[in-house]
Amino acid sequence: MGKRAAELLTPVFLAAGLAAWVVPAHALDGDIAIHDPSTVMVENGRYYAYGTGAGLPALVSDDGWTWRRAGNLMSSLPGGKAGAAVLARGGENTWAPDVIRVGEKVFVYYSAPATQPRSAIGLMVGRTLDPESPDYKWEDAGPVVWSDGVEDLNAIDPGVLMGPDGRMWLVYGSYFGYIKLVELDPRTGLRRYPDRAPFNVAINSEAAILIHRDGWYYLLVTHGSCCQGANSTYNIRMGRSRKVTGPYLDNMGVDMVEGGGKLFAASRGRHVGPGHFGLLDLGDGVEKFSLHYEADLDRGGISVLDIRPLLWRDGWPVAGDNLVAGTFTLESARTGTVLELAVQGHPVGGFRQRRGGPPGSGIVASAPPSAGSPSTNPPPSGPPQGPPPGPPPGFNQPGPPIPDQDPAQVAMNWPANADVRLAPAMLQAQQKWVIAPVANAGGYPGAPYYRITIAGTERSLTATNERELTTRSFTGAAEQLWRIDQLTDGTWRLMPKIVPGSSEAWALSAVGSSMPTLARFDPASDRQRWKLGAP
Amino acid sequence: MKVLLTSLALSFASASVPSQEAAPRPAAATLSAPKGASQSDARGFIHRWLILEPVPVAGRLTEPAVREALEKAPHPGPANGLPRNGDEATIAGTSVRWHALDTSNYNVNLYHFAWSLSKPTSNALFWVITTIDSPREIQDVRLAIGSNAASRWWLNDQPVIALNDDRQAVIDDGVSKRLTLKQGRNVIRAAIINGGGATDFCARFLDSNDKPIPGLTVSLSSP
Repeated sequence: MGKRAAELLTPVFLAAGLAAWVVPAHALDGDIAIHDPSTVMVENGRYYAYGTGAGLPALVSDDGWTWRRAGNLMSSLPGGKAGAAVLARGGENTWAPDVIRVGEKVFVYYSAPATQPRSAIGLMVGRTLDPESPDYKWEDAGPVVWSDGVEDLNAIDPGVLMGPDGRMWLVYGSYFGYIKLVELDPRTGLRRYPDRAPFNVAINSEAAILIHRDGWYYLLVTHGSCCQGANSTYNIRMGRSRKVTGPYLDNMGVDMVEGGGKLFAASRGRHVGPGHFGLLDLGDGVEKFSLHYEADLDRGGISVLDIRPLLWRDGWPVAGDNLVAGTFTLESARTGTVLELAVQGHPVGGFRQRRGGPPGSGIVASAPPSAGSPSTNPPPSGPPQGPPPGPPPGFNQPGPPIPDQDPAQVAMNWPANADVRLAPAMLQAQQKWVIAPVANAGGYPGAPYYRITIAGTERSLTATNERELTTRSFTGAAEQLWRIDQLTDGTWRLMPKIVPGSSEAWALSAVGSSMPTLARFDPASDRQRWKLGAP
Repeated sequence: MKVLLTSLALSFASASVPSQEAAPRPAAATLSAPKGASQSDARGFIHRWLILEPVPVAGRLTEPAVREALEKAPHPGPANGLPRNGDEATIAGTSVRWHALDTSNYNVNLYHFAWSLSKPTSNALFWVITTIDSPREIQDVRLAIGSNAASRWWLNDQPVIALNDDRQAVIDDGVSKRLTLKQGRNVIRAAIINGGGATDFCARFLDSNDKPIPGLTVSLSSP
């Protein structure tokens, strides 16, 4: 992680009250300048993305978080450019590719525009994305579709889908008319029925792509204008259809051919102009999406790649955000109890007697606890935390505000070594966790590794070699680094970077209402799903 | 409303002591003398226990208070081996007796147990004990319990679960870290401390995939 993420850990930031607000998500680390990125591809644990530019420039990452430049795709083609047939239908530009693996073949579809709307979409075929592989080679397979500059079409921005039935589809187009759909032959990557007219599935948009889930096809396109930095109005919109050929209707029933489109992602925070959606399905119920922002204000307004969680709600995809630093409670979706340091808690505001009920309720206030008059819950020994001076307020008489519990008030009695457990949320200090990115520790698709530390202390959540959990002072060891992925239902999965002595992946799990552990992630269970909330 | 129930329970308990002493009460419907062999059921729950009559304690439910209660009313032993049904012990000046019982439910209702004996149900500590005879060593198991209210659990004299606060008995509330069931006899011992209201517990073992382990042999006889 570079300087930007490290800045999140500055004392000023930590002192600013992490729980009270949410900072904008930051895009990836490293060299992530790109425009019109392809779907992010994963091959042998390495991540690849390709974008607009001479020869289709490549970005590569070993972990999905830190990226670097890696040449361009077309350098291995004869002449380093599109084939003659593509150039004859389109032009010399190379824009906005999309990539799909079908069996042992990799198909790269790319835009080859001349003066728009005259353009072609060309096809390159290879076997691997890894330039270091002896099998790395690309072959020109010619044009797939094109526009002649007259019809209502601009044949750029390919988006390719392998449907659940094994049929393969290409959507393409940009503003000069329709977004069109044709079927492809999975054996060749070329059109299956070249003589058939394409289907019109949307209008006056670009960066179209299809995804499929639970019997629905979703068409995601980008509306608005690109290429104007922070003045770009790019935003991602979508419709859905039971048939791949449409009609694609938005949430209000408007056909995308008539301009419809439910908003998926718009400008927010420091990121202007999201566009060019790409699905990154990591398996086990973890879905992410790639996109570019027209302008990343934290990087001087250049266009950059990002990867964010993909959620699903009411049958529609929802753009999630990567976790940003803050103070959280970690609530088990299974049990409703929260992760806490296993120490004796102190009620916020101190121990106090039970208040009486309203007049006529029959609920009477108990006497304050005192020596010689046992109560069911007298205060334990510890620092003074009593109620404000003066008589206690009655049932309907509010007292002065009770301040949040300061860890410095209660942590003095905590034992030096303590494990963790689950307990009902009580807003107490041992239940408040600061989650913050760790500098120079690497990451995973979309986010860096985080530390999880009791607020106001250095006691950090640590995986043990018994596949259990404890807390230790933070050292940056791998068993204290946590991968935190948002799942499609909005809950989170927390996984230590390593568990000492184990080569398997383990996730924070609620094995009981009061007991957390590490277990293999089961996407069908709530055991490893956590809600992160403001305490 | 648990706090309110605690107060009511305290009131009833103190008010009913004379009548408790006056007439024997019917046995708890879900508890009976052991018959035949016993195994953990299809959901893994252990049904056969030795239960000691309750010992009065402060009934406070915090970590220091539970520790204090255990110091006041420690397990009476024997250190090696099991007590027998009907054995007597004296704890903190209170004479109490062990009862060997099978529960027909997944849980053991300690309130019914104590009430049927005209013993206190509130501000009370119950010692329970049982054994598992394992035909082989089984690694990566967990003891999983629910208790109303606070409880401490030991497996083969090693502390494995501590629940300090007031709570309902929830299946798999307190779960141990990964343990090893040794081949042969394994002794489970627990103290359940109730403040007021109902009191009960349940216990089972989970396997390495956190699935209940049925069919474990449960025995109250000395090996």
